[in-house]
Amino acid sequence: MTTLTSSASRTATRDARPLRTRRGLHIVPTLILIVGALYCVLPVLWIVIAATKTNDELFSTPPFLPAFSGGFWTNMQALFSYNNGIFGRWALNSAIYAIGGGILSTVVAGAAGYALGKYSFRGSKWIFRLIVAAVLLPQIMLAIPQFLLLAKFGMTNNYASVILPQLVSPFAIYLCKIYAEASVPDEIMEAARIDGGSEWRIFWSVGSRLMMPALVTVFLLQFIGIWNNFLLPFVMINNDQLYPLTLGLYGLMIITGGQAAQYSIVIAGVLVSIVPLAILFLSLQRYWKIDLISGGVKI
Amino acid sequence: MAVIEATTTPAPAPTQPVRPRRRRGSLLPIVLVVPAVVLLLLFTIAPAVYAVVLSFLQVKVGGGLLGGGDTVEVFVGLANYFTTLADPEFWASLGRMLIVAVIGVPLTIFFATLFALCLDAKKARLVGFTRLAIFLPYAVPGVVASLLWGFMYLPATSPIGGQVINYFGSTGIFFSVANVAVWGVVGFNMVILYTAVRSLPKDLFEAAELDGASELQIALRVKLPLIAPAITMVALFSVIGALQLFNEPTTLKPLANAISSTWVPLMRVYTDAFVNNSIYEGAATSFILIIMTVAATVLVNVIGRRFARRETK
Repeated sequence: MTTLTSSASRTATRDARPLRTRRGLHIVPTLILIVGALYCVLPVLWIVIAATKTNDELFSTPPFLPAFSGGFWTNMQALFSYNNGIFGRWALNSAIYAIGGGILSTVVAGAAGYALGKYSFRGSKWIFRLIVAAVLLPQIMLAIPQFLLLAKFGMTNNYASVILPQLVSPFAIYLCKIYAEASVPDEIMEAARIDGGSEWRIFWSVGSRLMMPALVTVFLLQFIGIWNNFLLPFVMINNDQLYPLTLGLYGLMIITGGQAAQYSIVIAGVLVSIVPLAILFLSLQRYWKIDLISGGVKI
Repeated sequence: MAVIEATTTPAPAPTQPVRPRRRRGSLLPIVLVVPAVVLLLLFTIAPAVYAVVLSFLQVKVGGGLLGGGDTVEVFVGLANYFTTLADPEFWASLGRMLIVAVIGVPLTIFFATLFALCLDAKKARLVGFTRLAIFLPYAVPGVVASLLWGFMYLPATSPIGGQVINYFGSTGIFFSVANVAVWGVVGFNMVILYTAVRSLPKDLFEAAELDGASELQIALRVKLPLIAPAITMVALFSVIGALQLFNEPTTLKPLANAISSTWVPLMRVYTDAFVNNSIYEGAATSFILIIMTVAATVLVNVIGRRFARRETK
């Protein structure tokens, strides 16, 4: 890529001869995109198909043909009745971690971002520097140190031990600060002050509303991050009643790892844990402001 | 712990705010920023500091179990670091991680860029559908993606020729793990790059078109150099992601014999801390990894900036 672009930029200025060869080429981008889409979707489609099969069919029927012998319902029943319905509990736990952690961390990041973006007070520069530095710290690698510290105070193995370490995301605070600076005009805040609005009132009814697009994006990023997190619950939790889906499915795989007879349960579990989130995501796609992320990192 | 308190001092003293330009002594900004600062100190800074402290200690006499009451912790200086750095298995795990990264990161960046440019191509069709489809795996947790691909690789169930191709062989495993990772992140990176392309001023392309540049030339010679900073950022995220490789190999481990319990550095830290109960060595390895990640982050950033600067000239 280096050689390509550097030579390209060198020649770009003098090389302007007309080259009209698009006729046959316009199909190429579409083809590339279709191949990419197939690569991303086919595994999910295959898991849908595999989930319709009983264990015997899984090993005997053609891989890309669904079975209609009722295997789907058998698998779902087996999954949801496994170990007294613990799978439902895992799904609920994942929702608690991701929604609870997502909302709380968005509030924390939004408040801090607004304060750092719209006010300067003693220490505000230092706090911001600390946060920028913390963006560099790899959160996942902190999971084990976090466990060691919490274990010292006997605070592991509960909901809080999974939620608390994920409440503060330096990157989310950074995004909110940048967004608050750009989207909450000083003039509006000044006008509200002249009208006698308190600082709190200005934050609540002006600032937080103007920051809504950033807050939604931060919430979705945090939601996904927490929902997908594996290592943190893996080290913090050893009571399977508190497992999130990721950890539960992993455990299921470990237990059934040796026995091909259990594969269909795991496959059903994989399907059930993909579908709701995929639907949620695709339907919320409009509200994402990913340009915030790409614009936000020009530190 | 003393060190933690030292880092607390830059936090604001709650009584005296004020800076001339701003509001007279409102407490609100401090109230708003305090939760974030406290959480950051307690759950990011303190664990990192605690890991450093542990990394200089060792337990003498006895097994040294987690929270074991009567064992004595003694200061051993850099001994734990030397143990880790002298262990060939540590370097081997780092090497395996690098192999996965060398396969996965360039592929992620190449395809994310390719898809982003194709999405922006004038003649492209099915743009909405393909963009959603390529983004879809981002909503699939790494563990679930690994299980999904695990069954795709597994000879007994494979729809992609696992009966013939050994996806879990000693060479194949690197590609298999890298593939799961690429599958998960390529769409997210594509969306970031696509957004970057979309935000470029349109008249640039029109000017190039008037000059007779083809669609391909515009993509390679105008758009690509202009999104170089965004590509740098994507590369940065990918490198950090590669260093934190854990979920995919851990989940594939029950299916693939080629994956050991210390296959990548982070798995080694886990094994040290939870299986071998040697939290002190685990802490030292953790800290080495954190340093490496920060160093890699800074390095990629510097290289990327230099690269971007040269492009804009």
